[in-house]
Amino acid sequence: MKYLEEKIFKIVMIGAAAIILGVLIYILGTIFYKGFPSLTWEMITSIPGGGFYLGSEGGVLNAITGSVFIITGALIISLLISVPLVMYINFYLPHKSILSGIIRFSLDILFGVPSIVYGAFGFALMVYMGIRASLLGGIITVGMLIMPIMMRSLDEIARLQPRDLPDALLSLGSTKYEMTKVLLRQLMPGLMTAILLAVGRGIGDAATVLFTAGYTDNIPTSLNQPAATLPLSIFFQLGSPVEEVQNRAYASAIILTVIILILSFSARYFSSKFQKNKS
Amino acid sequence: MESMTVNRVRETDRTFPLKKVVYNNTIRVENLDVFIDDQQILKDINLSIPEKSITCIIGPSGCGKTTFLKTLNRMHDETPEVRVKGKVYVDDLNIYDKNVNVIDTRKKMGLLAQRPCPLPMSIFDNVAYGPRIHGIKRRKAINQTVIQYLQYVGLWDEVRGRVRSSASRLSIGQQQRLCLARGLAIEPEYILGDEATSALDPLSTKKIEELFVKLKEKYTIILVTHTLRQARRIADYIVFMYMGKVIESGPTEEFFNSPKKQLTREYLSGSFS
Repeated sequence: MKYLEEKIFKIVMIGAAAIILGVLIYILGTIFYKGFPSLTWEMITSIPGGGFYLGSEGGVLNAITGSVFIITGALIISLLISVPLVMYINFYLPHKSILSGIIRFSLDILFGVPSIVYGAFGFALMVYMGIRASLLGGIITVGMLIMPIMMRSLDEIARLQPRDLPDALLSLGSTKYEMTKVLLRQLMPGLMTAILLAVGRGIGDAATVLFTAGYTDNIPTSLNQPAATLPLSIFFQLGSPVEEVQNRAYASAIILTVIILILSFSARYFSSKFQKNKS
Repeated sequence: MESMTVNRVRETDRTFPLKKVVYNNTIRVENLDVFIDDQQILKDINLSIPEKSITCIIGPSGCGKTTFLKTLNRMHDETPEVRVKGKVYVDDLNIYDKNVNVIDTRKKMGLLAQRPCPLPMSIFDNVAYGPRIHGIKRRKAINQTVIQYLQYVGLWDEVRGRVRSSASRLSIGQQQRLCLARGLAIEPEYILGDEATSALDPLSTKKIEELFVKLKEKYTIILVTHTLRQARRIADYIVFMYMGKVIESGPTEEFFNSPKKQLTREYLSGSFS
């Protein structure tokens, strides 16, 4: 009986691992199988030509640049807000303070809000402020979407920090700010992970940018212009009746996946480089 | 006063700065009560600690030794559930007075924690951290300070070629000496040790103990320890605490050879610990 249990549980665990790997391989396999033949140099270097969605010449450079601009802007906004907030609730407020409890609870709620709700809220906000669908609108809305993701994962790591280091720093006569600067270095790998999670989520989200960033075949040159995004580009291409265009959608999906992979590996690389001088 | 010492470091090439004797370097504690939430941890402590000597605080676990030590550099400020009542005079200044700067107080008190906690940076930067945050900018002065204190704790020869590598690669005994050097580099006037050798092997313990004995010429040292033998080896004065109260205190010889209180005798004979 004892050994049977062990065996069954082992099978369950290995099965779970196999399912996860299988799903990943299946997804990647599908988009590569369908998209790779359509993935040409033209796809990533040119904007859609006339009749692109009906099968003529062009690429998705508009969506690539749009997505990169939006996620960069959103990342900057959310870093500027989430890093100070996490530092505040972890290193400035006392350990069991009511305020930090309230802040964490609000973050949990924000974390669970679906992206379409952020999209709708962002849209309402833009109407109120008199901004039309634009790069700026997309940046703000995606920023709102990824902020709680970033804060939560950063907070998780900051909370797990042992008290030794802050105590050592304070007893050397550091101010809280000086202490926080050192602790932030310690948190760097965690910050990288947080950024990665947030970017992965933000760059792939369609619902937030649907109303707020709009869509265009051109590369945006100012914050007031609408911006295309890869998820929406994939959506429009998949909606085309022409099979060739549908295959281009898969090629765009490859591009999106590769962008996320590049980000992921570079984040790993930088955080390990940073850690060399640390532990 | 701070700049005075800095100048001296610059003038004298790589020699340990002699501590200035400006004040009578003593700590005087009057009617000290410490509460955590509603529980009283320290009860009416009255104590004065002699300068330029080693005072060991002994007592069973949970008797408030560490709490008392934290009172001396105001680390309780960081935990709002702790309330401190009473007066702690350091150099005739009550450090719990409203207009006393907590940073100045901590700068005066070098703390050596139970487990060494090197900062996440290089060996060099660990020692340089204190002088840097306290306003020393000149690279040459910092270099000198770092080398001097690493030499002082006997670490310089061991790490000479790799001061730029990460401090966490050092052995735990080396780390503790590094932490001591780091604490000394902010030029404190007192050294507080919270069971500073309990995580170390016997050899490293011996090195740290020897350093304490060397340091007492210039600093007033207060150590919390739970090994009686250590107290006997290095202490000049002993304070015995039990259940948040000071039961007995006195010079080491006298304390061990002719304890006055029954409780002390029982503790020394090992009836409880």
